[in-house]
Amino acid sequence: MGTPLPTPGVGPSPDHSGGACASCALSPASSRLGLDPGRYDHVVALAGNPNTGKSTVFNALTGLRQHVGNWAGKTVARAEGGFSYGGAGYRIVDLPGTYSLLSTSTDEDVARDVLLFGRPDVVVVVVDATRLERNLPLVLQIRQITGRVVVALNLVDEARRHGITVDTRHLTRELGVPVVATAARRGEGLPDLLAAIAQVATADDPPAPLRLVHRDPALERAVAELAAQVEARFPGVPNSRWVALRLLEGDAGIEEAVRTGTLGDLAEVDGTAPLHAVSDPQERSA
Amino acid sequence: MTDLLDEAARLRRGLSGDASHDLGDRIVESLYTDAARIAATSVDRDDARAKLTVDRALDRVLTHRVWGFVAMGVLFFGVFWFTIAGAAVPSDLLYQLLVENGHGWLRGLFEAVGAPWWVTGLLVDGVYLATAWVIAVMLPPMAIFFPLFTLLEDFGYLPRVAFNLDRLFARSGAHGKQALTMMMGYGCNAAGVTATRIIDSRRERLIAIITNNFSICNGRWPTLILMGTIFVGAVVPPALAGVVAAGSVVAVVIVGIGVTLAVSWLLSRTVLRGESSVYTLELPPYRPPQVLRTLYTSIIDRTLKVLRRAVLMAAPAGAVIWLVGNVHLGDASVAAHLVTALNPVGWVIGLNGVILLAYLVAVPANEIIIPTIVMLTLTLGANTLGAAPGVMLELGDDAQIGSVLVGVGGWTLLTAVNLMLFTLLHNPCSTTVLTIWHETRSVRWTTVATLLPLGLGFAVCALTALIWRLVV
Repeated sequence: MGTPLPTPGVGPSPDHSGGACASCALSPASSRLGLDPGRYDHVVALAGNPNTGKSTVFNALTGLRQHVGNWAGKTVARAEGGFSYGGAGYRIVDLPGTYSLLSTSTDEDVARDVLLFGRPDVVVVVVDATRLERNLPLVLQIRQITGRVVVALNLVDEARRHGITVDTRHLTRELGVPVVATAARRGEGLPDLLAAIAQVATADDPPAPLRLVHRDPALERAVAELAAQVEARFPGVPNSRWVALRLLEGDAGIEEAVRTGTLGDLAEVDGTAPLHAVSDPQERSA
Repeated sequence: MTDLLDEAARLRRGLSGDASHDLGDRIVESLYTDAARIAATSVDRDDARAKLTVDRALDRVLTHRVWGFVAMGVLFFGVFWFTIAGAAVPSDLLYQLLVENGHGWLRGLFEAVGAPWWVTGLLVDGVYLATAWVIAVMLPPMAIFFPLFTLLEDFGYLPRVAFNLDRLFARSGAHGKQALTMMMGYGCNAAGVTATRIIDSRRERLIAIITNNFSICNGRWPTLILMGTIFVGAVVPPALAGVVAAGSVVAVVIVGIGVTLAVSWLLSRTVLRGESSVYTLELPPYRPPQVLRTLYTSIIDRTLKVLRRAVLMAAPAGAVIWLVGNVHLGDASVAAHLVTALNPVGWVIGLNGVILLAYLVAVPANEIIIPTIVMLTLTLGANTLGAAPGVMLELGDDAQIGSVLVGVGGWTLLTAVNLMLFTLLHNPCSTTVLTIWHETRSVRWTTVATLLPLGLGFAVCALTALIWRLVV
């Protein structure tokens, strides 16, 4: 994997103290800051399958007008922007569209590294309401890494035209995280999405990551044993079970992260995680 | 840290045979089972068939083995025809406004305030005229072509093109996604080269980078459209002119696709040998394009951006053109010396020295080729025809550009056809070359990507010229 870890393009000043930011104090409920988010309080990662309208959601949130194409793979480079909402600044990172996080392509590696090592405060997973079944595996995989997830059920307008309705309340229960119906092209559902992002970003105890489901006692013992060792080696690593299972699978990317010690970055308490200037929101407000 | 990996390996061995063997598979399987269950309980479908069949019916035609290609030809032909037919009138208006009236007025102004002749020459006859030319020639076709192309893109048609071409790319040993990067190249080759990041295999990515230049970019469409309009279209009766002109542009696009495939095939058989990767291509649903928004973004993002670049390049190029046309060495201008030197080569490949000199001046941006050619022809033509120096021949519209090129420049249909071919086959613009270097970090491959198209261009044009002269 080399070193494909994300490096922040625009970094706020390191002496950033306190949760307030200069530009946010005066802004209305939500203002768009374009590409230069300046100081920010929360980092939002935008994930999703290709062609689900991720870029449209990104543009709608940041006010940027990147050209949005109706085809998979239009967004190659990682786009970043910012917005402010409810007096807090948000930095938003648009990840390449992927079908999974299984690390079979560079895109998937980039997306997984940001989610895992960047430790965003909120992961917004944009899913296509007309193709829910095909989109859910990625949602579930992300849920296995983190509980700080908001699902944007996008293209509901298209779904309506096709006579498809999705029960968002049921989906919220199943996934354990907020699900917001949106039609980003028309701006539908964006206020709700912003509110959900803010809620997850400031939540003190987010839902736990989903446990990987398997019914093999031998495997379970192996996972538990290895997870304990992962924690011993890298104290404070979140998702030690997830890491353990990947190692048992022989996942090359994670093995590399162990070998180079990158995995340790996850555990550093006051170090600088790639997407953050300050490691996590709780400490900043303290 | 490796002891953790050893530990993992030990535990993996400790697992019963099949548990470790298909561990990954089983995890993925349970993922998909869960996904299917959740989707089944959350989604309620109601006469979903009706709408989906429209998509399916469309796809049955647009991705058909035979009809897919026919539809592709008809759609692209339609776009070019619309562009050519629609751009004629606004181009003439802009021409009258900026070149005929604007240039004369500005010249008068400079003379009135008593500016030295060389200041007037450099700024008005050089910088201003080149810029005005670029705007008049490029703005109307771009303002029509880009929105149309973007509408096709938003509708969801481009992935269907990729789907149609996939079989051809696979057979030539390239990656199917190359069809997508090729589509990006039709906008801008630098963007197309960057887009090759979606191809994971280095071998296939290099093939895609090297062949991206065979997609005609923004800067080259106007040249093709203009050549098609004033030369090829003029051969047939006026009623058919638009159709034939559009047809000639489509023909060049098809030649470009052919060359892309042929070069890909050649590279994958020789220096870039290896396995072909498999990949999935998702055909997105057809979406009704948002017409107003598309018009807005394609005019702001593409048309004006490209125009701005062209103007930025045209201004200094205009100065260079004026200088080489007016600085004299011995008995002739620098331009005349250069053109005389380049003429023999130009003749061999069915072009002329003026065109080759124009390509030298226009290395930074292909956009300014036609204005450069016309201005050089006029500057030199005025001298050789004995007209008063510094007096530009006034041109009214496309037809007059044609008559100048024929009358003063000595152009024939062969010159126009070969210019169209050379527009397709020559070195990438300097921005693209820089992007290629950034993406490959290899001097060797950047050189190949730069010189290979140029070499091909010389070869193809020379061959065309040879056959033409033998037959006609």
